[in-house]
Amino acid sequence: MLRYTIRRVLQLALVVLVLSVLLFAWLRALPGGPVSALLGDRGTAESRAQLREALGLDDPIFVQYFAFLGRALTGDFGTSTGVSPGKPAMELFLERFPATIELSIAAIVIALIGAIPLGYLAARRRGGWFDNASVVGSMIGISIPIFFLAFLLKYLLAIKLGWLPTGGRQSAGLDATRVTGFFVLDGLLTREWDASLDALRHLLLPALALSSIPFAVIFRITRASVLDVMDEDYVRTARSKGLAKRIVRDRHILRNAMLPVVTTVGLQTGALLSGAVLTETVFSWQGVGQALAVGFERKDFPVLQVVIIAAAMAYVLVNLIVDLSYAAIDPRIRTAGKVG
Amino acid sequence: MLHLRVTRMRRTVLIGLAGALAVSLSACAESQRDSGGGQDGGTLVFGATGAPSNFDPFYASDGETFRVTRQLYENLVGIKPGTAELEPELATEWESTPDGKTWTFTLKEGVKFHDGTDFNADAVCKNFERMYNQTGAGATAALSYYWIENFGGFADGKNPSLYKSCTAENPTTVKLELTRFTAGFPTMLSQDSFAMQSPAAMDKYKANDVKAQGDSFVFSEYARSHPTGTGPFKFVSYDEANGTIELQRNDDYHGEKAKLSKLIFRVIEDETARKQALEAGDIDGYDFPAPADWDALKSSGNNLMIRDPFNILYLGITQKNNPALKDLRVRQALAYAIDRQSLVTSVMPEKAEVAKQFYPSTVDGYADDVQEYPYDPDKAKQLLRQAGHENLTVELWWPSQVTRPYMPNPQAIFGAIKEDLEQAGIKVKPISKPWAGGYLDQVEVADAQLFLLGWTGDYNSPDNFIGTFFGTTENQFWTSGSPWGDELAKAIDEADATVDDAEREAKYQEINRKLMSEYLPAIPLSHSPPAIVVSPEVQGLVPSPLTKEEFAPVSMSSSE
Repeated sequence: MLRYTIRRVLQLALVVLVLSVLLFAWLRALPGGPVSALLGDRGTAESRAQLREALGLDDPIFVQYFAFLGRALTGDFGTSTGVSPGKPAMELFLERFPATIELSIAAIVIALIGAIPLGYLAARRRGGWFDNASVVGSMIGISIPIFFLAFLLKYLLAIKLGWLPTGGRQSAGLDATRVTGFFVLDGLLTREWDASLDALRHLLLPALALSSIPFAVIFRITRASVLDVMDEDYVRTARSKGLAKRIVRDRHILRNAMLPVVTTVGLQTGALLSGAVLTETVFSWQGVGQALAVGFERKDFPVLQVVIIAAAMAYVLVNLIVDLSYAAIDPRIRTAGKVG
Repeated sequence: MLHLRVTRMRRTVLIGLAGALAVSLSACAESQRDSGGGQDGGTLVFGATGAPSNFDPFYASDGETFRVTRQLYENLVGIKPGTAELEPELATEWESTPDGKTWTFTLKEGVKFHDGTDFNADAVCKNFERMYNQTGAGATAALSYYWIENFGGFADGKNPSLYKSCTAENPTTVKLELTRFTAGFPTMLSQDSFAMQSPAAMDKYKANDVKAQGDSFVFSEYARSHPTGTGPFKFVSYDEANGTIELQRNDDYHGEKAKLSKLIFRVIEDETARKQALEAGDIDGYDFPAPADWDALKSSGNNLMIRDPFNILYLGITQKNNPALKDLRVRQALAYAIDRQSLVTSVMPEKAEVAKQFYPSTVDGYADDVQEYPYDPDKAKQLLRQAGHENLTVELWWPSQVTRPYMPNPQAIFGAIKEDLEQAGIKVKPISKPWAGGYLDQVEVADAQLFLLGWTGDYNSPDNFIGTFFGTTENQFWTSGSPWGDELAKAIDEADATVDDAEREAKYQEINRKLMSEYLPAIPLSHSPPAIVVSPEVQGLVPSPLTKEEFAPVSMSSSE
């Protein structure tokens, strides 16, 4: 098991290394870059040349890459040039990561709280008006672009009705203590209830918008899964044994129907980052998604590098953990390849 | 039954553990709120388009940084609100020797920095010596842009510097010596980068500790969290996780105190989001609303203020890659072919003006009698025939992913010009590149044949416009390849070095005449007024043609 783990960790390191080479080369191949970002329309040919030299941008690309790699191994990914100029990119990422996690958790929680009971009810009332309406609703949820839904929600609930703020993570000027970077949690921990409530109000609209796709997907999977399970022999047996409806529902139908739902929730959580780019932009949510969008627009290489590499590392790490757990369960996996 | 009890017990234990964890965590995380109150003069939240680079204005050159630092710091000389005219600020008066090389400033008494230290002649000299003695990363154009543009070189002597020395004659008198006369002095000192900063705070928080790292620069602790000036507002915090910068009124301010208790800048990158935030009352104003939104903003009761234009949009002509463009008649044909009045009326915002030369009429040296190029496609065709370029083909470059105060809608401007040129029989090859994704890079090295670009003036000086464009021959227009490139650069230098006001004015006027008749290195298109919008509750904001608004006189009607 140890050898298998070491082998997989080495594979992970190789994947990240190859990705970093490709990313570095791709970003440098794009026109523009840090010099334009730093000097804007005030640069002259001379000042541009001077700056390129000062930043080492005239060095051969492999020299630049190894300098980058050397720094990156110590956690130094350079300094932001466009998203938050002058701020170390890693620091920026770590500061914004909780914002995206907070938003994603809220979106998933909304999706779970809403979609599972709805999916169950729709299945129980199969073919009825509630089922039909819910299925149509879920189709809309999947097909409506997040960007459009975000604008729609914002327009109705924030601008027209004024119930919720239009954007940001907390009201400007609110004196709030930062502890974890999760603003709602921070307010609870420090007993600054108004700060927590304020953060929650800011969180609601973007989380609703972001939850639309997972909501619809989880609803559909729950409905389909409950329908399948309801036809299973063991459910029929449980009912015929005279078990209470609640026990049949909780222990026999929902518990079994939840297996594919849990897998879907995992996949949807991973897919939230792409939705977060749009949602965070519309709601000025200072998260990783917005940093990615602004970073691309302003050619902020250090921020793009750290965000993309971190996202890839998270993905690879999750895969590693899954693989290791499979290997722990099934010894054939860790010995695969040994036998010819 | 037993199973049920065990489950309940397990739940109780889990809830208890969670409760204990929450209590212990909250015990670690104490609220850091300031329990003290404060008089409430109202809070203004202003929407910023991007994050500031830092809070040390000497190391900055972007508008979002200066918008904040302008409220924290003051300069020796200032700009009269609503104009581009010079007025006293920390210096009450100044005079120079006849050669214009030695300047004596009398300083205002009783002024203190936010850290309680005195502002005096010694502090002024420490500021100038700090700027002059920059080395390494601090001496690059990315950080010391305004010093390099205005003063030239540093103490290392690699490039000649305008600055020579500073002497504190007594606490309220300071003498600045220059190596030569320049017409831009002392007006250039009104620029945000030359704000007076507390020497004690700069020492304490290592203001000069700036270094190149990766693709950019890391700023000092001073620049990130301890900016210390003499201005009407003091720095409180930059909450980067929430994208807000908070300032509070400086109750020890030496002049008329700010009316607002708090001034907050909130970063909202997306333009539509800024507009919606204003409509919903989440912010009280923002800068540079898109001209397409002006009517809607006005009709919803907001106060949209259109500034006097202090910028220039031009169609640059690079003579390097298209030999036909070396011919003056061809460049003049391009000028006649473009219907600039129609461009201004149909594409540019309200109150935009056709540009007759390379800077607005409010700047010194403006000549009323320059050669004009009224829309005349027949004349354009005739000139092209005379030059032997009836079948002229040109590349026309325009930037995407950008709007600038002088260029609110690059694509529409490009479209109008393209159509006009084609009407005159000129074949146009459109080239579009992202602003920071290749456009500026290639335009600056004179790769573009015809291109859209412009400039917003920093202060009232012809040199700030034409000196920037044509003061050297290594420029976007590739004037080094023209027989008159050197002559033009020298003439601009000479005009700037002329001490006598009337003589200097005449020299600039002559340059402007020649620029429009004999040289025509680009075609001035328009002066476009940028707007600023605030909610009806915001009172007392005076729009500045230099886009340098001060918030000290501003109040919120809801708090009165």
